[in-house]
Amino acid sequence: MDITSTGTEAAVLDTLEAEAIHVLREAAGAFRKPVLLYSIGKDSSVLLHLAIKAFRPGRLPFPVLHVDTRWKFREMIEFRDATARQLGLDLLVRTNTDADAAGVTPFTHGTHEYTRLMKTVTLRRALDEGGFDAAIGGARRDEERSRAKERIFSVREPGHHWDPRRQRPEFWRWTNTELADGQSVRVFPLSNWTELDVWRYIRREEIPVVPLYLAAPRPVVERDGVLLMLDDDRFPLRPGEEPMDRWVRFRTLGCYPLTAAVESKAVTLDELIDETRADRRSERAGRLIDGDGGSSLETKKSEGYF
Amino acid sequence: MGAVLRIVACGSVDDGKSTLIGRLLAETDSVPHDHLEQARQTRRGGSVVPTGEIDYSLLTDGLAAEREQGITIDVAYRYLDLPGGRRLIIADAPGHDQYGANMAVAASTADLAVLLVDAELGVRPGTHRHLAVCVTMGVRSIVVAVNKLDAVGYDQAVFDRLAAQVRAMAESLGAEEVHVVPVSAIGGDNVTTASPNLPWHDGPTLLGLLAGWQPGERRGSVGTRLPVQYVIRGNRFRGPAGTVVGAALRRGDEVSVAGSGVATTIRRVIGPDGDLDRAEPGTPITVELSEDVDIRRGDLLTSRQGPPPSTEFGATVVWTGNQRFEAGGDYLLLVGPKVVSATVTGPHGLLDVRTGQTGPANTLSVNDIGTVTVTTATPVFLDSYADSRDTGCFLLVDRRTKDTVAAGMVSVAERRDDDRGVVPQDYAVDRTSRELLKGQRAKVLWLTGLSGAGKSTIADAVDRRLHALGVHTYVLDGDNVRGGLNRDLGFAPEDRAENVRRVAEVAALMLDAGLVVIVALVSPFRAYRAAARKLFAPDDFVEVWVDTPLAECVRRDPKGLYAKANAGTLRNMTGVGQDYEPPTAAEVRLDGTASTEEAVARLVSVVTDGR
Repeated sequence: MDITSTGTEAAVLDTLEAEAIHVLREAAGAFRKPVLLYSIGKDSSVLLHLAIKAFRPGRLPFPVLHVDTRWKFREMIEFRDATARQLGLDLLVRTNTDADAAGVTPFTHGTHEYTRLMKTVTLRRALDEGGFDAAIGGARRDEERSRAKERIFSVREPGHHWDPRRQRPEFWRWTNTELADGQSVRVFPLSNWTELDVWRYIRREEIPVVPLYLAAPRPVVERDGVLLMLDDDRFPLRPGEEPMDRWVRFRTLGCYPLTAAVESKAVTLDELIDETRADRRSERAGRLIDGDGGSSLETKKSEGYF
Repeated sequence: MGAVLRIVACGSVDDGKSTLIGRLLAETDSVPHDHLEQARQTRRGGSVVPTGEIDYSLLTDGLAAEREQGITIDVAYRYLDLPGGRRLIIADAPGHDQYGANMAVAASTADLAVLLVDAELGVRPGTHRHLAVCVTMGVRSIVVAVNKLDAVGYDQAVFDRLAAQVRAMAESLGAEEVHVVPVSAIGGDNVTTASPNLPWHDGPTLLGLLAGWQPGERRGSVGTRLPVQYVIRGNRFRGPAGTVVGAALRRGDEVSVAGSGVATTIRRVIGPDGDLDRAEPGTPITVELSEDVDIRRGDLLTSRQGPPPSTEFGATVVWTGNQRFEAGGDYLLLVGPKVVSATVTGPHGLLDVRTGQTGPANTLSVNDIGTVTVTTATPVFLDSYADSRDTGCFLLVDRRTKDTVAAGMVSVAERRDDDRGVVPQDYAVDRTSRELLKGQRAKVLWLTGLSGAGKSTIADAVDRRLHALGVHTYVLDGDNVRGGLNRDLGFAPEDRAENVRRVAEVAALMLDAGLVVIVALVSPFRAYRAAARKLFAPDDFVEVWVDTPLAECVRRDPKGLYAKANAGTLRNMTGVGQDYEPPTAAEVRLDGTASTEEAVARLVSVVTDGR
């Protein structure tokens, strides 16, 4: 049972929505060539929904970019293509085909190197090739402790390098959107949203999300204490590993071999929200890539990962 | 809106801020349980938390560099839901002297400040500093959490003494609402639950106080403003988009594009969920105008009471650039979505954040807060910061590096009524007819000088002499108007500016009534006196500098103010804590050490010569 009074909850969401729309309009108005980074997850779905609201009755004034590692859940790709069709998005899909051809997989190269090559490098190349000076993403400050200090407009130096000392102070609701040569910016309109806000907003606005967020019987194996889904036949089983069907769902969505499932019977958004309120583990606890080192996400960010 | 409460949390190093915030988050179940577990198992050097218990300060740890140094060097944002459902956003500001700009960032959007004071160490220089920065940034509601009461045996006397001391300090710096709560962050006393250790405390817990707090009416108010962020184009649709600030915007409202003189009507207001009759401040909207008006990003749509165009204004700036301020330097000025070129002169004063006093300044370095004058090539439209935090602020940006070098708050915007839709009514009986009736020529004698210079004494003597000569007069004395008209103002630079402005406006009315007005007011800043002078025709305004050396004023000290200032109990005392900027072109300079009779003769002749 959601105990928060409905009126106040709606007003909190209205305030967060207003702030996000303001930020999206700044990004579209101030920068030469913005792009919206679309990861197909729940935060991206909210971001896309807000962007459409921000520019109605006009069209979305920027393209949408997906960095496809070729290891995303199949349902994610289906959802992406269906969304792009329905909304008439200018969708760009980019993959590090060299690394893919060279056989880089989550199983062969270790999570850090795999992520660097398939996600970070691909994103940097896609931004450079497109000449994008602003990349709008759905990251939130409450996802991880090192993100609590992230700016809403995060300036990147030439080469996409993130320098904590060059981050600009963000006074009031207005940001310095001037860029020096070679600088670009990552924009996070959902900075002040929590995981629960995202789900409540999805429920209120009836935003479609990938069905993997809701529980269903799915084929999984237990490996190193976590449940991993066998989304296709590329998942090499270790000796003794036995696929089994379990009722599971995903709190975050990424590359399927790197994303842990949680056991759940939540088949509706209401049940999912109740479960999120009760299960107080951090959201990124299911992301295997964050775990390699005490400040791992921060290290990735300084290299240009989102 | 009001569903989201933003606070800035500030305290000196080791006052226990991280622990307090960590406990607030943990006890409202706002921290993932795996983070709690980490905080139970991890320890950093110097921690006094027993093993097996949660080190709450670890919950708010951020960047790797900070973890190594064990300090907070940047603003972090935390979220929790208050009882009742409102969202609390905590801007966790660094406590060190050298990160003052970060604290100003955190305060810039805050409704309320939570200031920690260590019960054992008491009020420290940092306490002054945090209060001064908060008030400067427009945060006038302060919650003081007197922490570490466990270390003083939960002694009520210690709490009461500190509470009175901090309350007085906050109020003297301009805070309007001060609450004081006793807590022990480490022991969990009175943070979210009442504590048996504090039986003498019958007020709320810190959380209870925050949950029940409602913002008061902000001082001043402005009309509707819509800074245009983007122009949306659709199928036969073209409409400016932005977030409404100031006052609500309604369909059918008459608006104009500031500076263009073009008036039009709002035909349609489109909010996030479709058409609206009325958009409250804070709502992101797109509007359709009844005329096809040339409008672009950076323009400002306003109701009839728009801000005046200004090409020169005074401001308080927080310096954030690594390069020092360059007097006369050229910068980019960002007013919301508008970017123009600006020249900045000064600094006229520097806020000593350790004490809250403004003193003389030569330059501004990173984290300094000072006063400057901004001049722009093209007019910009600004409200005063006291009236509007949304349209009274700006950023200064380095033209080459594009770094933000300063954030500014408008103190005295040049007032011009011609663009505000205010149409003065003409009355048949005018100043000339009133002057004729009285048989005199109206005039304003503006006496400026240090406290104790002899302004009131001279004003009184001149007043008596003129009265005896049959001249209709009135004296506006600084201390007297502060008892009534300006009772709401303190002595911070922006309050002094407002004090001067109001006295000048009253003097202008009295002048129009045909009186000879004698103003006796310290009015220490040149820019503010210049703003006062602008209200008058050259012949009507006589600036009189009562020039008495500071040493002599201190020796006289008729009101005992210098004694208090030197003892540290009076802040912002001109000549001690704040600079006095002597006039450069006063019409009359009086030697304050000479006899009053000489001064009277001189000023009476100024008045009677005009007859």
